[in-house]
Amino acid sequence: MKKVYSAVLAMYLGILSSHAQVTTKSVEDTTNYQSRKLKLDEINIVSAYYHQDGNNSAVTGGVGTEKLSDFANTFDIQLSKYDRKSRKNAFHFEVGVDHYTSASSDKIDPNSISSASMQDTRVYPSLNWTRTNEKLGTAFGFTGSYSHEYDYQSFGAGFNYTKISSNKNREFDFKGQAFLDTWKVILPVELRPPGYGSGSEEDSRGNVDYRPRNSFSGTFSLSQVINTRLQALIMIEPAWQQGLLATRYQRDYFTDGSVRVENLPDNRYKLPVAFRSSYFLDDHYIIRSFYRYYIDNWGMQAHTAEIEIAIKFSAFLSVSPFYRYHNQSGVRYFEPYGQHKTSDTYYTSDYDLSKLTSNFMGANLRLSPPKGVFGLQQFNSLELRYGHYIRSTGLNSDIVTLAMKFK
Amino acid sequence: MVIKKTATIVFIFSLAMIFFSACTPVKGYQKSRINDSEMELGARKSQKFEQSFQLYREGASGANGGKNSGGCGCN
Repeated sequence: MKKVYSAVLAMYLGILSSHAQVTTKSVEDTTNYQSRKLKLDEINIVSAYYHQDGNNSAVTGGVGTEKLSDFANTFDIQLSKYDRKSRKNAFHFEVGVDHYTSASSDKIDPNSISSASMQDTRVYPSLNWTRTNEKLGTAFGFTGSYSHEYDYQSFGAGFNYTKISSNKNREFDFKGQAFLDTWKVILPVELRPPGYGSGSEEDSRGNVDYRPRNSFSGTFSLSQVINTRLQALIMIEPAWQQGLLATRYQRDYFTDGSVRVENLPDNRYKLPVAFRSSYFLDDHYIIRSFYRYYIDNWGMQAHTAEIEIAIKFSAFLSVSPFYRYHNQSGVRYFEPYGQHKTSDTYYTSDYDLSKLTSNFMGANLRLSPPKGVFGLQQFNSLELRYGHYIRSTGLNSDIVTLAMKFK
Repeated sequence: MVIKKTATIVFIFSLAMIFFSACTPVKGYQKSRINDSEMELGARKSQKFEQSFQLYREGASGANGGKNSGGCGCN
């Protein structure tokens, strides 16, 4: 764990120090010549600490602690280079490292000192290449990604296409993504068949199953400058998931007192449609809004709305309070602890899939001084964000995020 | 029920199209407000992990610039 963080930190410092030694001379541009050298566009570091608590753990059938902490970090670097035909080739590399501890996952095997998923580290690198033809207003690119955690592995691939109108007031984007995942099937200790392993790396007794989960999505978005103060975007993102969609170490309790592992259909179709806008009220206030309608074939419908008002104290300092409301109907397979019928084919007591409403509120502080944050020219901007989440099921959480941009 | 759901989606699209058709052409030199860093239509970098936990703690996902699928989200 420490090694991963040290490697990421060393890579970041190496890039930053090499960038710091480059002296840029301002040269008057009398031609349309574009340098064909590889140029560092920006570096972003985002770190967040998340903590939640509740009393509806799905691992123990919808009762029990949901206490969880997650320390998440991403580091991304964007480089670009113009080719002979003046097309811009941008390379975006990102690596993320999350480390979490989960009290409920420790209940997979309550008798062990530390069971398989009590804590885990997820590492997820990705690389995107995008070629932009500024004359034609088009861009296309490809993405490859990988994610690894103890019991889960994911390979991702994506394609993106952008078309900008000649007056640059309208933009169409398409993004197609595929994730081919493999899940190590860990079962609750009392529900393991004879000879079935625990899934723990230290435990070589018995084998465990591996099951695929594949996800495919297409994102279509259209953004438009409405007038000098307002712009808006509409987005639709149909998605299809197939494979093991149930979490097999989550228990479900039935009316007759029996217990089984969670079982859900092997297919899920999702259709979210969203609308987003930004309105420049005056020099001190900018209103950002978001609304999404969601529907899927498991019987869930949801409405999500968010508003954020950026209060600009100066051109370089803003504070943005925000509020988000979410309401969902719940999937048809959900029942609380002990209420599933033995005749049910599919069942879950995962409260994330239940009927609920949630409120999320907080504020975002943004600093972007012209001479750089803390007087460091290349430290372009700093954002500090805090949010408090309240769910109608009793789950509460807090998240604090620090985002730094270097240019 | 299916008609009602389809109608909701069609309504959102229609509303957006009416909104878009009401736009006036904006020249490059008139975009100082539109180009303000706070006017960006996408989610902020600092929202990245927020969107992740919302994806896991709620059944609905997607169309917000964040991840919609892939990964287990099992904790």
